[in-house]
Amino acid sequence: MKVSEIQQLIDGRILCGEELTDYSVEVAFASDLMSDVLTLKSDHVLLITGLSNMQIIRTAEMSDIHCVILARNKKASQEMIDLARENGQVLIECQYSVFKTCGLLFQAGVKPIF
Amino acid sequence: MNQDSQSMHFEYNVEGGNFSRAGYASSEIKKLLKQLNVDMGIIKRTVVGCYEAEVNVVAHAYTGTIYVDLNTESITIRFQDEGPGIPDIDQAMVEGFSTASSKVREMGFGAGMGLPNIKKNADQMKISSIVGKGTTLEITMLLQ
Repeated sequence: MKVSEIQQLIDGRILCGEELTDYSVEVAFASDLMSDVLTLKSDHVLLITGLSNMQIIRTAEMSDIHCVILARNKKASQEMIDLARENGQVLIECQYSVFKTCGLLFQAGVKPIF
Repeated sequence: MNQDSQSMHFEYNVEGGNFSRAGYASSEIKKLLKQLNVDMGIIKRTVVGCYEAEVNVVAHAYTGTIYVDLNTESITIRFQDEGPGIPDIDQAMVEGFSTASSKVREMGFGAGMGLPNIKKNADQMKISSIVGKGTTLEITMLLQ
């Protein structure tokens, strides 16, 4: 699923990486525990989280995750947006709960990692 | 940076408690390994282990230094910190054991998964610690 489709589906707001709306993801992982994210072996994963801090962006960077959704109406700091932009990542804010965000994406065909 | 034809050496300082900067050194190391055309799978295992270790220094120590040594056969990264040390390393290696503060947990860490995950990602791992002085963790990634 393309980033542009994800944004529409979850009524999200793209904060950076607008030029990557054609980037496509097939699998997603939702977690507030970055240690869990760091155990993933898959590449090109969509990360959905209910947290908002710099370590979300760093964890995504180390895990080769190029698209991150901040659910639960969490707001990204300017520092996070700047770092995500520098890393070539798409950062999306979304008002829906993590559960609803995941449900919509799953229903539309985005697959779980396990 | 020190460099000769066969090996390279880099050092990075890590400030204990500075979560905003946690991961900066690992990010620099990732960029360096990419520039050197290291295999992407090895880069990922290296930087995941490196980042977990860097977060550990930020979370638990007062200050630390990361020493990176690269040659054609391996990447060795040593994390040397000044801090409280680890009283029982065997216990610290058990998945789920953690002494992290609530601040660390709010960042999405502190679930007792860091050291076990470093071990899973590294080809070799050595750890030693002196209570009241600090901890030294060394990971080696084999390139061939």
